[in-house]
Amino acid sequence: MKYLAEYRDAELVHSTIAKIKETVSQPWTLMEICGGQTHSIIKNGLDQLLPDEIELVHGPGCPVCVTPLELIDKALAIASQPDVIFTSYGDMLRVPGSQADLFSIRAQGGDVRVVYSPLDALKIAQENPNKEVVFFAIGFETTAPANVMSILQAEQLKVSNYSILVSHVRVPPAIETILGSPNNRVQGFLAAGHVCAVMGYWEYLPIAKKYQIPISVTGFEPLDIVQGILDTVESLEAGESPVKNSYIRAVTEQGNKAAQQSINRVFESCDRKWRGIGLIPNSGWRLNSAYADFDAEQRFNVQAIEAEESPLCISGLVLQGIKKPAECEAFGNLCTPENPLGATMVSDEGACAAYYRYRNQPAENARDIK
Amino acid sequence: MTKELPSLEGPVCALPKSHKDRIVIGHGSGGKMTADLIRDIFYPPLSNPALLAGNDAGVVQLADGSMLAISTDAHVVSPLFFPGGDIGKLAICGTVNDVAMVGAKPLYLTASFILEEGLELSILESVVQSMKSSAEEAGVEIISGDTKVVAHGEADGLYISTTGVGELNPGLKIGGAEAKPGDLVIISGTIGEHGIAVLEARGELGFESNLESDTAPLNHLVAAMLTASKNIHVLRDPTRGGVATALNEISRQSGVGIILEEDSLPILPAVAAACEMLGFDPLYIANEGKLLAIVSQEDVENVLAVMRKTRYGENAAVIGVVEGSPQGRVLLKTVLGSTRIVDVLAGEMLPRIC
Amino acid sequence: MCLAVPGKIIEIYEKQGLTMAKVDFSGVTREACIEHVPEAQIGDYAIIHVGFAISLLSEEEAQKSIDLLREILEAGEKPEDENIT
Repeated sequence: MKYLAEYRDAELVHSTIAKIKETVSQPWTLMEICGGQTHSIIKNGLDQLLPDEIELVHGPGCPVCVTPLELIDKALAIASQPDVIFTSYGDMLRVPGSQADLFSIRAQGGDVRVVYSPLDALKIAQENPNKEVVFFAIGFETTAPANVMSILQAEQLKVSNYSILVSHVRVPPAIETILGSPNNRVQGFLAAGHVCAVMGYWEYLPIAKKYQIPISVTGFEPLDIVQGILDTVESLEAGESPVKNSYIRAVTEQGNKAAQQSINRVFESCDRKWRGIGLIPNSGWRLNSAYADFDAEQRFNVQAIEAEESPLCISGLVLQGIKKPAECEAFGNLCTPENPLGATMVSDEGACAAYYRYRNQPAENARDIK
Repeated sequence: MTKELPSLEGPVCALPKSHKDRIVIGHGSGGKMTADLIRDIFYPPLSNPALLAGNDAGVVQLADGSMLAISTDAHVVSPLFFPGGDIGKLAICGTVNDVAMVGAKPLYLTASFILEEGLELSILESVVQSMKSSAEEAGVEIISGDTKVVAHGEADGLYISTTGVGELNPGLKIGGAEAKPGDLVIISGTIGEHGIAVLEARGELGFESNLESDTAPLNHLVAAMLTASKNIHVLRDPTRGGVATALNEISRQSGVGIILEEDSLPILPAVAAACEMLGFDPLYIANEGKLLAIVSQEDVENVLAVMRKTRYGENAAVIGVVEGSPQGRVLLKTVLGSTRIVDVLAGEMLPRIC
Repeated sequence: MCLAVPGKIIEIYEKQGLTMAKVDFSGVTREACIEHVPEAQIGDYAIIHVGFAISLLSEEEAQKSIDLLREILEAGEKPEDENIT
């Protein structure tokens, strides 16, 4: 595929890795905050190819993994109601709530449908005027423009049987929480390229300055990722902490203004609970008062639902890069992709699922695989 | 913030219970959930050597010494018609192929139809015509059948179940447990078209392409391959669950490791593109007109030459090698030279946003 | 959050008041909303996420960075990337 294949070129990837090897003179711990990047690193075995001095830890970059348990339970409660068509991105269907998941609701007769785009969910609402259609609007900043556009359209076209269950989170507050933690070992960040395509990277400038940590906006193909790592390592070796754009073909400092405007029309900032981490102030978005009518939590009166996490699941520690999946006692036995205890095992982007699928051994060092 | 990791005092189940009590869609994916269902619900009460061998067809020896291969399959595809085929063609080819995958010559099929009340007769006629063409191409006859009608709302229009019988040369020993270290893995052509074509035909994900299902009867291809070599150890058609699942089954049955080369996998650009868009891996997508063959290294050139001259084998290629270890595992050597595990599909493959 | 793929815009039209495009991904086409990239024209490449264009792909920058890497590969020198403090 054009503009993908070029960034998988083995020669260019190896040449960039060689440069990383030349540049690095001491161990560095880097974090990437994007499930897509985690997936790409592990699928392409990039961590096997990097010099031993570079340790990659995987941050809370998977919106599926960080959606709090009680929100899943709210989704299940809504989906179980008669005359509701519950629509969702595919990622969410297997995430376990306290008692069930969306698949099992479907097995019991609930109308649960996977959609590729929120506009498809809106279309379902238009085609089924006698049902309530709810869309599970999860995502980081990348997905917000799409999710809000479905609301703007619903308003425009007067589709009154459509509402969204919102679970939006933002990257910069997560980075600050990680950097501000006393256990923090992260010395450099790879920022999520598509989040920055929407939001730009101007938000990261004050963070890099405050914590003296270099941040590189990084893409997703193997060449993009090693390029982002090289850029970050060069900064670290030079004792500098700039924000670099290593994904120039898609990202500008200001980002996509039109998309940001749509987001600001419909959403407002709010505190959000990140599954496994806890409450991070101002780290999420919710519908603002002008669009409160489209809030499924209110429409279906499920605000009161609360939930308790499995005590075995350490996804929070994994998400903060403090533990590796293989260090979890439940990894690979009680907790597997078919029977996940926590969201990091369910989502293909979750660190635990990625390690299980592509590495599987509870091996100390993933590089043990020949 | 986060809790301390507690000590593991015994299984504490925070798991959703329903998957243990009820069937969910993932049980039909052909992956691990399907395998577990078969192992836990079907094998214990029904077990016998032919069934437990776990190959595409059950093989038995009759009192006079002749060998029979028998296979059965149900077809529940929706929509009934898709680019490159329909449920009828799928039904005939699916069972013909299962019988052929143990090296048998398919001879006779039976077909039973579950018809939904309200199904248009013209649709049924079209499907039956399609079955006729496929049976003719494969050289098999349908010698017995059954029909049932169920109420409107059941059966997605039409379900077809087929059973096939073939005769097997007693000298042949082809099965999932026969792969040997040093063997090479061959695929008969490009992968992933059927699954993507059907997904496209369903229209739920909104994409369009020129892709067609590869549904085809492979018994003549198998017959040609068997003339080229006596050292074909395994044949399998990578249907639901794809190449990855089929090879995982074989690696487990044979107690060997299989190493694939990412560079060698033949994939059409449109299949690759659809997978990129949806977040799928072509190795897990169903094929209905392809076979995997695991062959002794010294015979591979001859087998490939014969395949490439035969219909449905024109793009045959070596995609991997069998090794002594890691036992029961399939690995992939990426284009970058790193290695990763290719695991069995867990449940249903879902398009993702992450 | 991040599964987004580059595709070529081959048609632009209005649908229910939104600007939409038919996008070609190497032989697979799909509709995408291009409201957020109003400057898009037929022939442009866009990055598409869940049926929405989140940005245009700058072919110039893409070509430049690949060419640069190739040169470096041949010459064996270190690259300089865009860098902001």
